[in-house]
Amino acid sequence: MLRRASGAVLQIERLSVSFATPRGEIRALRDVSFDIAAGEVFGVAGESGSGKSTLAYAIMRDLAPNARVVGGSIRFAGEDLLRLAPDALRSIRGRRIAMVYQDPKSALNPSMRAGQQIAEVLEIHALASRAGAAARALELLALVNIPDPPAVARAYPHQLSGGMQQRLVIAMALAGDPGLLIMDEPTTGLDVSTQARILELVAGLRHDVGAAILYISHDLAVIAQVSDRVGILYAGELVEVAPARQLFRRPAHPYARGLLDALPDIDLTRAFRPIRGRLPDLSRLPDGCVFAPRCDFVEDACTRGQPAMATVGPAHVARCLRWDTVIATPPTPRAGPGAPPLPEIAAPVARVESLTKHYEEPGVLARWLGLARPPVHAIDDVTFDVRGGEVLALVGESGCGKTTLGRLLLRLLPPTSGALSIRRRQSGTEIKDDAEFRRVVRIVFQNPDSSLNPTKRVAAILERPLAIQGVPRPARLARVRELLEAVRLDVGYLQRLPRELSGGEKQRVAIARAFATGPELVVLDEPLSALDVSSQASMVDLLTELRNRLDATYVFISHDLSLVRHLADRIGVMYLGRLVELGTVDEIFRPPYHPYTRALLSSIPVPDPAAPASTVRLEGAVPSARRPPSGCRFHTRCASKIGRICEEVEPLLQRVDGTHWLACHIPVEDLRRERPIRPAPRST
Amino acid sequence: MASYVVRRVLSIALVLVLISLIVFVAIHVLPGSAATLILGEYATPESLRVLEREMGLDRPFAVQYAAWMGGVVTGDWGYSLAMKQPVTAIVGLRLRNSALLAGFALLAVVLIAIPLGTLAALRRGRWLDLAILTGSYIGISVPEFVTGMVLILVLAGPSLHLFPTGDYAPLAAGLRTWLSHLVLPAMTLTLVLLAHVVRQTRSGLVEVLQSAYVRTARLKGATERRVVVRHALRNGFLPAVTVIALDLGYLMGGIVVVEEVFAYPGMGRLILYAIQNRDVPLLQVSILIVAATYTFANFAADLAYAWLDPRIRYR
Amino acid sequence: MTALARANPPLTIGILILGCVLTFAVLAPLVAPYGVAEQNILDRLQRPGAKHLLGTDQYGRDLLTRTLFGGRTALLLGLGAVALGLLLGVPIGLASGYAGGRTDEVIMRVVDAFLSFPALLLALMIVTALGASTMHALLAIGLANAPGIARIVRSQTLAVKHEEFVLAARAQGDAHPYIMFGEILPNLLPPIVIEATIRVGFAILASASLSFLGLGVQPPTADWGLMIREARQHIFLSPWPLLCPGLALALTIVGFNLFGDGVRDRLAGRA
Repeated sequence: MLRRASGAVLQIERLSVSFATPRGEIRALRDVSFDIAAGEVFGVAGESGSGKSTLAYAIMRDLAPNARVVGGSIRFAGEDLLRLAPDALRSIRGRRIAMVYQDPKSALNPSMRAGQQIAEVLEIHALASRAGAAARALELLALVNIPDPPAVARAYPHQLSGGMQQRLVIAMALAGDPGLLIMDEPTTGLDVSTQARILELVAGLRHDVGAAILYISHDLAVIAQVSDRVGILYAGELVEVAPARQLFRRPAHPYARGLLDALPDIDLTRAFRPIRGRLPDLSRLPDGCVFAPRCDFVEDACTRGQPAMATVGPAHVARCLRWDTVIATPPTPRAGPGAPPLPEIAAPVARVESLTKHYEEPGVLARWLGLARPPVHAIDDVTFDVRGGEVLALVGESGCGKTTLGRLLLRLLPPTSGALSIRRRQSGTEIKDDAEFRRVVRIVFQNPDSSLNPTKRVAAILERPLAIQGVPRPARLARVRELLEAVRLDVGYLQRLPRELSGGEKQRVAIARAFATGPELVVLDEPLSALDVSSQASMVDLLTELRNRLDATYVFISHDLSLVRHLADRIGVMYLGRLVELGTVDEIFRPPYHPYTRALLSSIPVPDPAAPASTVRLEGAVPSARRPPSGCRFHTRCASKIGRICEEVEPLLQRVDGTHWLACHIPVEDLRRERPIRPAPRST
Repeated sequence: MASYVVRRVLSIALVLVLISLIVFVAIHVLPGSAATLILGEYATPESLRVLEREMGLDRPFAVQYAAWMGGVVTGDWGYSLAMKQPVTAIVGLRLRNSALLAGFALLAVVLIAIPLGTLAALRRGRWLDLAILTGSYIGISVPEFVTGMVLILVLAGPSLHLFPTGDYAPLAAGLRTWLSHLVLPAMTLTLVLLAHVVRQTRSGLVEVLQSAYVRTARLKGATERRVVVRHALRNGFLPAVTVIALDLGYLMGGIVVVEEVFAYPGMGRLILYAIQNRDVPLLQVSILIVAATYTFANFAADLAYAWLDPRIRYR
Repeated sequence: MTALARANPPLTIGILILGCVLTFAVLAPLVAPYGVAEQNILDRLQRPGAKHLLGTDQYGRDLLTRTLFGGRTALLLGLGAVALGLLLGVPIGLASGYAGGRTDEVIMRVVDAFLSFPALLLALMIVTALGASTMHALLAIGLANAPGIARIVRSQTLAVKHEEFVLAARAQGDAHPYIMFGEILPNLLPPIVIEATIRVGFAILASASLSFLGLGVQPPTADWGLMIREARQHIFLSPWPLLCPGLALALTIVGFNLFGDGVRDRLAGRA
């Protein structure tokens, strides 16, 4: 067992928590042990269902009524929190142990001013007078890098952006000068640039504040960037604990290794392979190692009894019998050759010309009276082609217009102006007939929970597009079976309702539905974002296979540049409704970069603690799409802005090389001379 | 906030116009003209035509409507055929009487229902909550006329005779007498309203108590009392404001029945009288007044809500 | 059954009460000891006794019989009015919410105008215009319920309209009527059912109120509200003509309210 000397602020030993449910006892946490010292960041990484939130709330002793701690102890500065009386517990909460939540918007009281919510912590614990608390609140706001603290302190939460709200929550947590800070997925739902700044803040905190920090996340890249030591949580068990660098370079537990392999590696060095199998049912756990059914290194001994924590090295333990083999096995190389070269001059399958979409404010009366807000400029003057057989990725942060573009391609929205045409692959003629269009162009949505009608069975969902196309019943039934097979689902799934399926399974059904009519162009709108890491890689395999079979064309919308590097042939980068850069994957990832692309690449966390800190920072927030900046829309945040021209003149997309286009006033030679953000990929 | 107010005002204006239209159409859709119904089935066609011309019923529909609305807006509310007085003379008094009852009921609601609902939410699942819930189920389910008549039976009967069986006495007749005529009808009206508001207050507060920001307050180390008072109630009462306004609708429907049971001379009874006597001018204006009052009450509630909820007040 | 009772008391009690009401209403002609209109002046205003289990009214009619038959009228009016309200309100709310934009605004303004009338007042106006009778009361209460139902269906439609499965249906070429009734409506059934159940209780209350005012069911039909109206003059002579229908009314309405709340809790728990 790993035990630090008396410097440990938090000592968790053999913690086990179970939930009593009608289906049986769910053993959410089993035998979890770790320590955190003052000034240290301990990252806990786990997928959904791993028990990480349970861990956070167990420490705060705020579990659901049907939860019980069935064993173990949680020691904070020597005292066992599980045995504390309610009064003592209340005096610790918010003061010596504080929490930062996943969704700041709902964690903040909507009718209390920001400053007051921070000051309240001091008032509750009698740490300051009314006036003193208000003053301290302003100091704390400055500490978390909020500009203009007095104005923010007077504001209500809904008037602040997501990033500011989260900083507010952090300031609230720091108010009592806690010894332990628990951060539960604090950057989920925030933009990449906002996330980068919050992570910087957290890194700074551990030097300035000296608290022990427990950082919980499903995002391994974020954990790598922020943690000193890392624990990997799988199905309620801590399977490996190690210093961050060691864990990410040489994981000792097969699950940790599998997780890292399941991540798309932005440098294209590592494998991108799924972890086979599914999470176990926590109410019916198998004997033996909990990961055994999915493990590539499994042997007989693994299924007999839970393995003990083995010492791999100083401060490094893993719950595996074969850890030495795992470490000794070299990293799995990237499977298969790179993407096939782009067909030479592939005819465009879709053509977008000066496409613009503005959303007007609803309410005829309001508009009449001039009381309405200006329209949202979702897309402005976008022009590009989609070539037959390629995977074109559209990337950008939320609000850049990529989703709107996807919907315009599907004719789900009418454009405000501009032209959009879809052409047949073979002949190149434009498709005008609606029925044919609906057969040839299909879409897969982001959220599997809402893209399937909860009242319809899988069979009905898959049959419908065929019925619209006029396919007779017997042929429909046969085709539906084929589709299920193609997405690797058992035929028994036909009669199931969506709520009986997992997220990954639902997404497969959505993919099957998209492919039902044998389409030529498929738009995929963030199809993997709502899935667990281990499902993502297998979904990518599936999508690639389906595309090859049908020789289809993909428009792949995503915010994840690492993923896109694996999948795409060409990439279009969007910012605030405009296309700022367009080119092949290689061209986008090396100079010349558009300043926004460069900032984006620098802000993306990678699962490598040794990665250098980002050189280019994205200051400020994304401007409102109702009042986009004049001239180049990015100029308000551009580190390389050259002068008045950026504020006044909109840069047009200009050809830089054969297939590479950039929209920037900076001369191309200057951009070419910049250093690459990521190393060039090694050829396989 | 300003733009919100302006939009609501315009919306209300539009609704009021539509209401007046609905009232006018509904009453003039009577099979047979109003004249037939006034003079009876055996009226000669001759006399019908005379009366119609007198009442202006031979003019086109739109003209009639415009004339009527014009009158309403300028204060000429027509002439009551049954009571042989200008409508304005009749309505004022009745309105005051009904307002008195409504006022009592609202007061009781604010003083009793909101605390009860709050208590029930805070002691959710325990005996007090169950008792309060049961009481409110009964309250919303027993019709006002049943409650009213049972109250009369028990409290105003020959045996106890604690209260009169109905009607109204002016304040000049003495405070005690004045109150004694008000107690039973007010109680009847209140019981139903109480039950509705208790339920809504309770469910609104229960929802707030389960919200994420209340959890945050607890995890800041706040005492239960602080959590409830500073965090939960502030947000939990917002829906109560809307609820009270909505229940004015119940109130105004119930008032007709209650006034009938207690022979109380208010707007409700006036409307019934007008219906029975086919007094079209009186009926039109009475219903319009009640509907307009309800609309304004809702409007006031909307404004109050907007002012109290920072998310609307500060956009 | 006991498991249900423990988990969801309102639902259980509601089902029990409604079960009784329904049974008696259906079996009334078979079970009632006397005829509905059978008068027996000599036995007027009797207290409950061996001959008349619940007593008699001012015309000597058996109260038990009239109360049982009153249940039929109440159920007919309650269920009928709500059915009418659904028939009108659901399509309007669905279409308005789905269409959005100008259409939605215009329709909702009109609906709001109707909702600005207290429900009973609206029903009163309609009955006044049409004349008092059982059917007109049903019509009036149904029409008075339609705007409220439309509003609720509309807001539910708005919530569902932007779900991705609706977008997916449009993307694959589904026609608007199919999307409204085939894709969106099935998702609205739980809230519609809950709303409808609770409204039956209030419809019964409203119909009884109308009859009490003389503007609903007309004599000699047996109706609880009407019975109470007729009992007014004699309550000090005999309270039973008031208490029997009064209790029956209260119980029935409580039953529907409990049932509706119970259904709502159950569906919310599952969601």
